[in-house]
Amino acid sequence: MTARAWVFGDDLDTDQMVPGRYAPFMVGQDKFHLYTFCDARPGFAKEVQPGDVLVGGENFGCGSSREYAVAALKRLGIGGIVAKSFARIFFRNCINLGIPVLESADALSLVRDGDAVALDLAAGLLRGPNGDAPLRPIPHFAQVILAAGGVVSYLREHGDFPEIS
Amino acid sequence: MPKTLAEKILSRASGRDAHAGDLVIAPVSRVMVHDSVIDAVMAGLRELGKERVWDAGKVAVFIDHAAPAPTPVVADSHRVLREWVREQGIATFYDAGEGVCHQIMVEEGYCEPGTVIVGSDSHSNSYGAVGAFGAGMGATDVAVALALGRTWLRVPASIKVTFAGRPRKGVTVKDAIMRVVREIGTDGARYACMEFHGAGSLPQGDRITLAGMTTEMGAKAGLVVGTPEAPDWLFPDRGARYANELTIDLSTLEPQIAVPPRVDQVVDVSEAIGQPVDIVFLGSCTNGRLVDMRQAAVLLRGRRIAPDVRLEVVPSSRRQFEDAMADGTLLALSAAGAVIGSSGCGPCLGRTGGVLAANEICLSTANRNYRGRMGSPDAAIYIGSPYVAAVAALTGVIDDPRLYLEATEEELDALVARRRAERRGRGAASVRSGDRSRELMIAAARTGVAAEIDD
Repeated sequence: MTARAWVFGDDLDTDQMVPGRYAPFMVGQDKFHLYTFCDARPGFAKEVQPGDVLVGGENFGCGSSREYAVAALKRLGIGGIVAKSFARIFFRNCINLGIPVLESADALSLVRDGDAVALDLAAGLLRGPNGDAPLRPIPHFAQVILAAGGVVSYLREHGDFPEIS
Repeated sequence: MPKTLAEKILSRASGRDAHAGDLVIAPVSRVMVHDSVIDAVMAGLRELGKERVWDAGKVAVFIDHAAPAPTPVVADSHRVLREWVREQGIATFYDAGEGVCHQIMVEEGYCEPGTVIVGSDSHSNSYGAVGAFGAGMGATDVAVALALGRTWLRVPASIKVTFAGRPRKGVTVKDAIMRVVREIGTDGARYACMEFHGAGSLPQGDRITLAGMTTEMGAKAGLVVGTPEAPDWLFPDRGARYANELTIDLSTLEPQIAVPPRVDQVVDVSEAIGQPVDIVFLGSCTNGRLVDMRQAAVLLRGRRIAPDVRLEVVPSSRRQFEDAMADGTLLALSAAGAVIGSSGCGPCLGRTGGVLAANEICLSTANRNYRGRMGSPDAAIYIGSPYVAAVAALTGVIDDPRLYLEATEEELDALVARRRAERRGRGAASVRSGDRSRELMIAAARTGVAAEIDD
């Protein structure tokens, strides 16, 4: 399956993803995702297709803990996010809501905005026209939660957190 | 093996010998939830199939982020939140106007030192002001903590920050922590705990400024060592391992300014002198306390802010509001032309109060200057200390507050007049209400009808 890559830079904060003035709280639960990247990347919410991949630099998702930024990406069907590094709350939020978040040192330099890419989780690669970017493996604990589709489905099924080895 | 403060707290909480990098599951002593995420938290609990929180006595709920409600949608969300609080039997509920969650959590004693607290707000790091491991999390994590009374954490590596020396007059704890942000960067403490040494004897409010700002460096927690609230066991071991160490010499520190749109784009105030501003915000969990309002009042008492500049003051809690009322600070600020807002987050996050228009420039004492943070994405936000805020309100430009603090009354007035004259063509000069009616009363008194008017 190929997807479009949407490329961003370093320190992309959650205010850029969904500005506070468009919080679900402000515009309603059914609309907030339509404002995703409305300032940083006008038109994104209309053009993005389910399965598309976001590619970023360091500290992706920094700033406010607002989970609705991740919920908006989920609602738009983002297939995964590949960045040099992630801000911690954003990383947790993605795992909890079931969006694969993968660190890669090379993806940002290999992938250009608009490239057709394939996120190959099994092989641990982001495949693109300019080569394949290796992805750092996700910690086991997070992998288990992602595999269940998020922490809510995991807990519904198992009643408690995964075992810590 | 010697332990950092974070390792000690998380070992004790999880019952394991935990070191940086280990994953632990730890009970939480309290969960903090605020208005702007409550819908998602409630949805999370519902999806988890949990009707009740694990312990209604350990949950603290706040309406502060958009309060009092600015729109019908927000008002409806607050209504649903209040119903939920009542149904759950949560006694620790602070409604609109009581203040910012973090200020209340710390000053009202809800943060037990040495324990783990999960908060729905990124600035939950603030609880480290009293040695509590406060970690901000998203709505689903908060829902899970509410359901289970536990959370999972990776034990963070720690960065040791030592403050040495005494700051000069006009240099504040805000400048000290902005200097740290300048050194560390917005992601230099990602996943880490920042451990502050040499700050334990600071007033509690200043420690909130320190711990809360660690969020802006990506930190998982910010812990102040050696606070009066800390129990005996709560200290880092000699020989504990740190990922990084940093010493800030306060004696040579200049007032610091964060230049938009990055919190770590910090310069000495000397590099920002003359930058015009349209609006000044004094408030937030970072700098909305009595001490901060008093610092501003030192420069504003008996004076008027520039007539074409707006000043908004939002005390961080009702207690801070009332203390500032009682000692005359708020009256002095109002007399100077400040708008005093009800306690809460105020315009810090651009939802209520004076949101910014395109091309407007704000000097804020809060913690973030991202594009769009306080309103229009085309507004610019500079961050500084309360002293810098007071000078900006007085003159309409950024300037070194030390010049004003050291000046005689006449020198200060001359300095203000010069700065105002240099700054031209922004906004419009506002009349201060009350001035004209007083003049009319005086005029009436002269013609002999004053008694009737006054009665």
